[in-house]
Amino acid sequence: MLHNLSIGELGRALRAGKTSSVEITRHFLSRIERLNPGLNALITVTAEQALAQAKAADARRAAGDEGPLLGIPLIHKDIFCTDGVRTSCGSRMLDNFIAPYDATVVTRLKDAGAVMLAKANMDEFAMGSSNETSFYGPVKNPWDTGKVPGGSSGGSAAAAAARLAAFTTGTDTGGSIRQPAALTGVTGVKPTYGRVSRYGMIAFASSLDQAGVLARSAEDAAIVLEVMAGFDPKDSTSIDTPVPDYSAALGEPLAGLKIGLLREFFDGLEARNSALIHDALKVYRSLGAQTVEVSLPHLPLSVPTYYVVAPAECSSNLSRFDGVRFGHRCEHPKDLLDLYKRSRGEGFGAEVKRRIMTGTYVLSAGYFDAYYLKAQKVRRLITDDFRAAFAQVDLLIGPTTPTPAFAIGAKVDDPITMYLNDIYTIGANLAGLPGLSLPCGFVDGLPMGLQLIGPHFSESRLLNAAHRYQTATEWHMQGPHGYEQ
Amino acid sequence: MNLTRQDVEKIAHLARLAITEQEMPVYVTSLSSIVNFVDELSRAETGSVLPMAHPLDGQHQRLRADAVSESDNHEKYQANAPAVQAGLYIVPRVIE
Repeated sequence: MLHNLSIGELGRALRAGKTSSVEITRHFLSRIERLNPGLNALITVTAEQALAQAKAADARRAAGDEGPLLGIPLIHKDIFCTDGVRTSCGSRMLDNFIAPYDATVVTRLKDAGAVMLAKANMDEFAMGSSNETSFYGPVKNPWDTGKVPGGSSGGSAAAAAARLAAFTTGTDTGGSIRQPAALTGVTGVKPTYGRVSRYGMIAFASSLDQAGVLARSAEDAAIVLEVMAGFDPKDSTSIDTPVPDYSAALGEPLAGLKIGLLREFFDGLEARNSALIHDALKVYRSLGAQTVEVSLPHLPLSVPTYYVVAPAECSSNLSRFDGVRFGHRCEHPKDLLDLYKRSRGEGFGAEVKRRIMTGTYVLSAGYFDAYYLKAQKVRRLITDDFRAAFAQVDLLIGPTTPTPAFAIGAKVDDPITMYLNDIYTIGANLAGLPGLSLPCGFVDGLPMGLQLIGPHFSESRLLNAAHRYQTATEWHMQGPHGYEQ
Repeated sequence: MNLTRQDVEKIAHLARLAITEQEMPVYVTSLSSIVNFVDELSRAETGSVLPMAHPLDGQHQRLRADAVSESDNHEKYQANAPAVQAGLYIVPRVIE
């Protein structure tokens, strides 16, 4: 079955002439048609363009072209601008928006010959941890369709878990790749801030947003990240440093690797979840790594810090949606102020408006120092804690989420409870560090994630550590029932 | 600190958001709980700590040559606009 093959295996089958990109693309498109209605993982399916791209990939191969992603199908999160294709960001505001250019991530994957099948559902403007804030309705978790897939890259995660594409793209501002990857049993990588271009990726919180990949293994993620990453002059915070050969680094032995167990991540963690992380540590020790406990005393402040910094940046970024140049416009505005207010009031959903207002409040006169400036100072304390930890250890380890996937509707009425889903993932965003979530077992039949966090630009180390674990275990090979065929 | 309805109305005005009567009580409650939640930050000792705006703190913004890098795409961009006339974005009359 083509959908059960890894990216490497698909590439080998293509090179050997056993299949074609058109055949692979048709196979995944028929899975989408059959399985997506039960998941709502996708907003727009681009079947016609996908087949044209697949034909072009086959022609490139016939002309002697090769490349690890040539002819491999993917699904993009609907936050990435795709020239000529609706780019909704999960919002009514952009329901009618046809992007006039490609995001750099899209261009890079297109140039590598990857075939876009669809645009994935997501929390509106990437604001959410359950994919329930989408204008297009909630995404269902393929492991249990009564449960959320996590968010904000919930559609990307559900699509990767249900094998609707060989891999999917996502973005991570406070855990939006790692948390849904954990809740759907896939491998998700949030690279170092500045590693992957943000050009054409609709902005939520610019000092935190970073694009990454969701795939079925660290091995697959390494292949994709190597294509996505790299300097882009169109992104003013893109880092001009060479991209390592991530796949080549996957063979490194772990002997001597020092892994720090994040003490703060275990306070209040349920025993069954904690046991899974301790089992994973045993695997790492058997692979030759040393494990020590480390403490990051300011880390418990990361959620309140984030819920000042991220809304502040969002309130500024989302001011561009004014009902004038693109996006939703209200009917019969009586004047310009009415046009702004009603277009935005109607175009944005409840959670987006809540975050814009939170941000407006913390930036307003009289509150700026107490909230925004204070949060920026605590952000430095958290970052300094990470720096001190990485002077002692090579990478940090802990759970990705406090619990497995929860029921759809269970947390929608209480924003604080929802925000606490990201308690373990937000720290890496505040400090700009790379993080990775990989499946490490099950609680009540639902997948749980193990999180690795490394110093800036240590993606090779994270991917290698994840790959060695996946060589020694089979959690990542488990898939949800009903999606095998 | 709990926000009042007047506080939320002022914030919504600053953010240029029309909030309906049904939405208003929900925001008064939830924004109050968020403000109380982030108040936890006041516990942190931050005496001489410098604010950190960015994870690449300390890096300089790049400069580029002052050369044309974009071509004229206004028709393509304006295809997404709700109202355009003669290449101009149309809004309700501002000056009588």
